[in-house]
Amino acid sequence: MNYLTPPTRSRAATRKRRRLYAVLSGGAMLAIAAALVLTAFEDSIVFFYSPSDLAEKQAGSEPVKPSQLLRIGGLVEEGSVKHAPDGVTNLFTVTDLEKTISVAYKGILPDLFREGQGIVTSGNLRPDGLFVATEVLAKHDETYMPPEVADALKRAGAWKGATDKDKATSEKGKTP
Amino acid sequence: MHKYANPNQFLRIANPLLPWLSGLTVLCMGMGLYLGLFASPKDYQQGETVRIMYIHVPSAWMAMFVYGSMAMAGATALIWRHPLGHMIAKASAPVGASFTMICLLTGSLWGKPMWGTWWVWDARLTSVLILFFLYIGYIALVNAFDDSARGQRTASVLVLVGAVNLPIIKFSVDWWNTLHQPASVVRMDGPAVHPSMLWPLLIMSIGFTMFYFVVLILRLRSELAATKIRNIRLGQAGE
Repeated sequence: MNYLTPPTRSRAATRKRRRLYAVLSGGAMLAIAAALVLTAFEDSIVFFYSPSDLAEKQAGSEPVKPSQLLRIGGLVEEGSVKHAPDGVTNLFTVTDLEKTISVAYKGILPDLFREGQGIVTSGNLRPDGLFVATEVLAKHDETYMPPEVADALKRAGAWKGATDKDKATSEKGKTP
Repeated sequence: MHKYANPNQFLRIANPLLPWLSGLTVLCMGMGLYLGLFASPKDYQQGETVRIMYIHVPSAWMAMFVYGSMAMAGATALIWRHPLGHMIAKASAPVGASFTMICLLTGSLWGKPMWGTWWVWDARLTSVLILFFLYIGYIALVNAFDDSARGQRTASVLVLVGAVNLPIIKFSVDWWNTLHQPASVVRMDGPAVHPSMLWPLLIMSIGFTMFYFVVLILRLRSELAATKIRNIRLGQAGE
């Protein structure tokens, strides 16, 4: 096929060009393959489901079995944290501001756990809809600021930080 | 570009740069450490634990930056047969692996008090662990061949294949639900880090980058010297 290459281009230059195309097309195919694999395994890569995801899953063809270990994530609903009569079980509600799930957890909660905080919890969903957690992790958000700034923002009413307090309450106020 | 293919030409540029880069490394790291560990405020939520960020985030950036440099150097070497390309990739690998290790360890130390766990298998943590294995795999592969030129070519192909992991690491926190928080600095709405914490972080990052360049030049210099010695020995043996 040598007659196809212009005579001005040396043989070394064509080889370089061919290697460049090989690397580029290899890279493109690899990227497509990776994208396909990641989309196919989306369900197992997701670290947790939100209450809405879970509701969607329950309504779908493959509802979650009570024996299946799964993780749910969301905000701890304001005013929902209670202690069960046995004194060691924590009861609270996880919300994504659309759907909620009641959670029971026996054990020590992380330091960042409080109402309005984002959490991820793993456990089993009982048939009656109560989520029995075996582990509760606090989820940290991307905002970093000194305490004084956080206080000032709260005082000014411009707070839209990690606890999502205002967001959760204002959203709740909207729904009848 | 081929002007710098000659190692002597490269050293003529790199050698005078070295003291400046070393000075910048010491200055930025010293300043960054002081600002990060003493002069910057604690976080409203994390308290003093936030100071781990000043090591964790720059090493995470460097883990990806060094890998990106290796991929570019490897591609340059494979396509244009640039002799310095393989050498840069080979000299960078242990540096990048160390940054990745530091990133994973400091992240783990931060995760225990903040999340309540040392490790979870979420998309961000797992993809960074894969990056670490890619570095280790490269180092093993590049040294596994008797014919060093063949080893370098094969290992450079591995680096290029592994480069698909870089966007996965960066966007893992956006594409999937992860325990790891989304990006704080490099994001659409501008940094979500208060300036009093952002400056120490950026100064540390410059320090880390300069450190990489210094170590890279030192490693390239010793590699070039080793090649020279080998060639002299071969010449003597031939006589």
